[in-house]
Amino acid sequence: MTLDPKIPAGPIEQKWDNHRFAMKLVNPANKRKYHIIVVGTGLAGASAAASLAELGYRVTALSYHESPRRAHSISAQGGINAPKNYPNDGDSVYRLFYDTVKGGDYRAREANVYRLSQVSNAIIDQCVAQGVPFAREYGGLLDNRSFGGAQVSRTFYARGQTGQQLLLGAYSAMMRQVGLGTVKFYERREMLDLVVADGKARGVIARNMVDGRLESYEGDAVILATGGYGNVFFLSTNAKMCNATATWRAHKRGAFFGNPCFTQIHPTCIPVASEHQSKLTLMSESLRNDGRIWVPKAKADKRAPNQIPEEERDYYLERLYPSFGNLVPRDVASRRAKEMCDKGHGVGTTGLAVYLDFSETIKRNGQAWVAEKYGNLFDMYKQITGEDGYESPMRIYPAVHYTMGGLWVDYNLMGTIPGLFVLGEANFSDHGANRLGASALMQGLADGYFIIPYTIGDYLASNKFQKIDAAGPAFKEAEASVADLTKKLIAVRGKTPVDVFHKELGRIMWEYCGMGRNAAGLKKALELIPALRERFWEDVLITGSPDSFNQELEKAHRLADFLELAELMVRDALLRDESCGGHFREEHQTEEGEAKRNDAKFSFVAAWEFAGTNRTPKLHKEPLKFDYVKPSQRSYK
Amino acid sequence: MSGTMTITLNVWRQSDRNSKGRFARYTLPNVSPDMSFLEMLDLLNLDLVRKGEEAIAFDHDCREGICGTCSLYINGRAHGPLRGVTACQLHMRTFHDGDSITIEPWRAKPFPVIKDLVVDRSAFDRIMAAGGFVSVRTGGVPDANTIPIPKPVAEEAMDAAACIGCGACVAACKNGSAMLFVAAKVSQLALLPQGHAERQQRVEAMVARMDAEGFGACSNTYACEAECPKKISVTHIARLNSEYLRAKLI
Amino acid sequence: MNKIASFTTSSVGRKLLMGLTGFFLCSFLIVHLYLNLFLLKQDHGSTFDLYADFMATYPLIRPLEIVLFAGFLLHAFVGGWLWISNRLARPVRYAVNRPAENSSLSSRTAFWTGTFVLIFLVIHVNTFFVSSRFFPDGLSMHERVYEAFQSPLYVTFYLVALAFLAYHLKHGVQSAFQTFGLRHKKYETLIAAIAVLFWLIIPIAFAVLPLYFLLAH
Repeated sequence: MTLDPKIPAGPIEQKWDNHRFAMKLVNPANKRKYHIIVVGTGLAGASAAASLAELGYRVTALSYHESPRRAHSISAQGGINAPKNYPNDGDSVYRLFYDTVKGGDYRAREANVYRLSQVSNAIIDQCVAQGVPFAREYGGLLDNRSFGGAQVSRTFYARGQTGQQLLLGAYSAMMRQVGLGTVKFYERREMLDLVVADGKARGVIARNMVDGRLESYEGDAVILATGGYGNVFFLSTNAKMCNATATWRAHKRGAFFGNPCFTQIHPTCIPVASEHQSKLTLMSESLRNDGRIWVPKAKADKRAPNQIPEEERDYYLERLYPSFGNLVPRDVASRRAKEMCDKGHGVGTTGLAVYLDFSETIKRNGQAWVAEKYGNLFDMYKQITGEDGYESPMRIYPAVHYTMGGLWVDYNLMGTIPGLFVLGEANFSDHGANRLGASALMQGLADGYFIIPYTIGDYLASNKFQKIDAAGPAFKEAEASVADLTKKLIAVRGKTPVDVFHKELGRIMWEYCGMGRNAAGLKKALELIPALRERFWEDVLITGSPDSFNQELEKAHRLADFLELAELMVRDALLRDESCGGHFREEHQTEEGEAKRNDAKFSFVAAWEFAGTNRTPKLHKEPLKFDYVKPSQRSYK
Repeated sequence: MSGTMTITLNVWRQSDRNSKGRFARYTLPNVSPDMSFLEMLDLLNLDLVRKGEEAIAFDHDCREGICGTCSLYINGRAHGPLRGVTACQLHMRTFHDGDSITIEPWRAKPFPVIKDLVVDRSAFDRIMAAGGFVSVRTGGVPDANTIPIPKPVAEEAMDAAACIGCGACVAACKNGSAMLFVAAKVSQLALLPQGHAERQQRVEAMVARMDAEGFGACSNTYACEAECPKKISVTHIARLNSEYLRAKLI
Repeated sequence: MNKIASFTTSSVGRKLLMGLTGFFLCSFLIVHLYLNLFLLKQDHGSTFDLYADFMATYPLIRPLEIVLFAGFLLHAFVGGWLWISNRLARPVRYAVNRPAENSSLSSRTAFWTGTFVLIFLVIHVNTFFVSSRFFPDGLSMHERVYEAFQSPLYVTFYLVALAFLAYHLKHGVQSAFQTFGLRHKKYETLIAAIAVLFWLIIPIAFAVLPLYFLLAH
């Protein structure tokens, strides 16, 4: 099997337009004959479901949440990028494209990124028309703010709740179609297998999480918009239910997994406080616009922050990167924080934190000004830590936040299984080795509103579909395999609850496949993970019945997949013997400690083919060509 | 924070929608004040599973107060004793050693219990499907800056839009009324020019759906505002009322 | 017409009816108090009786009386209807509930204070209205009032009822403004002042009369 990214020919500015014209269309009367299954109803899924239903397709949408409004997209705080150039500061489609390719450390596909940049302006228009209350200036026009990795202000925002507002916009568009009967929404359904018939993705098996029954959903194409896999680390900023099961099970059915080792560590999270911690909380990186990051110059300085005089503070980001200062990309800010703490400058009881200080901004603009912009973040910090960020600097530390890797897709967002489309964080496509802030919302909505409605039509119009029956052999086989797996999980009847294994997996991953990675550690992880997986299958204890609401069983299914995915991540990280973006191989750094790429050897997408559990997966390479943004050492100095 | 606390929990257990529930008592030593309320429940669940018992089912997801999934009635208060805080953001430092805590699910006819502390809030989705949107199709919309919206109007719309749909308003209201939830959406879209074209149908359809779902009427006790984790103001209910009056009588 | 029907059966519509009838009854309170205050005039009740006669005999008053009674009945009926449907919205009650932490007692007890006021009204109407209108015994209204308020028990009952009315209006008046959607930062002080007039000043003024008759005579 060769990987064909299906990048259209022509100059980059014209690729998408030419492609849109070249693609086949489904005539309006025929659209209702096609049935599309959308799994996951966050930003990407809900916007896709709404847009496809508006076009006339029949859509079935599944979510493991009780409502699409609960999707984790809701937690995105800072904003969404679009090169509207409203502030007149020199922005353009090309500049956003350039920044994103550079920010991704030259490991993203140029054509996809350019298209993303092209459609992003329309997203803002769409959201405003839906009634998304973006922040405005006194003249009534939209306000922009700056974000990490860019020197222009192109981020649209709705206080610190941009993700929430955009999700509610997509959700309302989708619920409108639910009301019209064109989208059938099934809540509390978790996809546990992909059904492939005659080589095409034709449906899914989902577990009804309320009564435990397995249900079959058949269609002509399947869209996965099921988010990322950051929870493989147990502690991450992802919501508790975020998981890789849908994508991983599709992977096991033949979908290749792209760049699994590319994970993003977000620099501004609230540090771990106790061993019982269940998740980490992110505070928008927009805080870095007005907050200054520092550590004490002296090692192990235990003085209260207010007692450390100005000249004894090290504003290390401003010192190391005078032109970007505190606004360097996430991977750089995270790594530097870790470095400072590793050198002994960390603060707080654990020594694993740096200060984010607003005192200067408060002095300059007043507390009310800060509260209007960031009030909810200060409130959040206070609720979690019990400390007041206005009074003394907040403590922050990096945490796993986003996964740039995901199922491999071509330019049409179709995976290696025909008819399987993957949108949003679930695919690998647009962010390379590091995602810039305010770009996740942009990608999710671009995929759902403006890309899939075109590309799926081309697929449907170009293929013939035999009638498929949920009682047919493909569905029966998939359902039986899910039922069998559930039975096996329950039958272990060991002594250890699921979360205990999950925490252990998280520790292994953070230690060996986290912010800094090296060959020896990765090799060690390759021994530890299979061993842990073996113990899991010998000793996991799941109480309750499989035929009822059972959160322990849900977690067990998800962890079973994480335990396999983790191994692939480590394998991928080991293979990629270079540093790039969020993937920092300690063996490969410049003298200044920056990530050092090896373009000659690693300018490719690693797409992994599943070869069977406990068998070495097969690597496929999609070479990356940079015709426009020439790879160089990223510099934010 | 130093020292751990012993907490006694009185938790509603119910195996499914149709069975009868009961309270179960658990004593939990070693609760750290730095734990979140839900982490305390995680701890209890680990214990229960190790003993071979069923874990307590409770809805939760983001654990940072934005997804609106968590829904616990803690010691007689929706989301517990603090104002403007979801259950997931509540920390055990709010409680004291030796405290006894009663945890119940949201109670309202349109929110039937699915299991233990988990309720079915799909009624909210049906209300949204009835009219909680602006009918625009993807594509073909004007440039975002075509309609200037005065900052104070946009801010007030944002105040309303901050609703996380958790249902605390319904849970806290003596009438199980969903008025604050419905009003937040009606008000947001009534304030913004984009919502004006459909303001009449929207309020009529959403109120009709709300009534059909079996929510109670608003008695203006304002318990909803007091318990709303996003502190959404009842002035939005006033706006819903005037929108409704206008839709029906003018 | 369909619109009006769905309006009056909807939860919001019924609340609007409550507010509308409530405001109407409040306007009656003003008229009632205005006339009552003539009892304080030191003319052995002649002015008061003049008005009482006018109210009893002037032909235009009859339809107004019927409207007033209808207002009371509608207010009570819709109130009861709402109360029942509100109770039905929560079939399983909380084992532990702390409503005092989130709402005022007056707002939660409007149904009960209203019910007590209704009971009072039945007695009140029977004492002054039914007997004079349907079983005239030659007593003037002023004499009836004088007689009725000689009993400390009856006066106490009156004062308690007025306290309930005050508590009912403490919630009711501002609540009606909210229900009509008349709520704006600019007018908050005005609304608060109107509410105080109705729930505090008017009931106190009413209470002056029984006390006056009991203590001064």
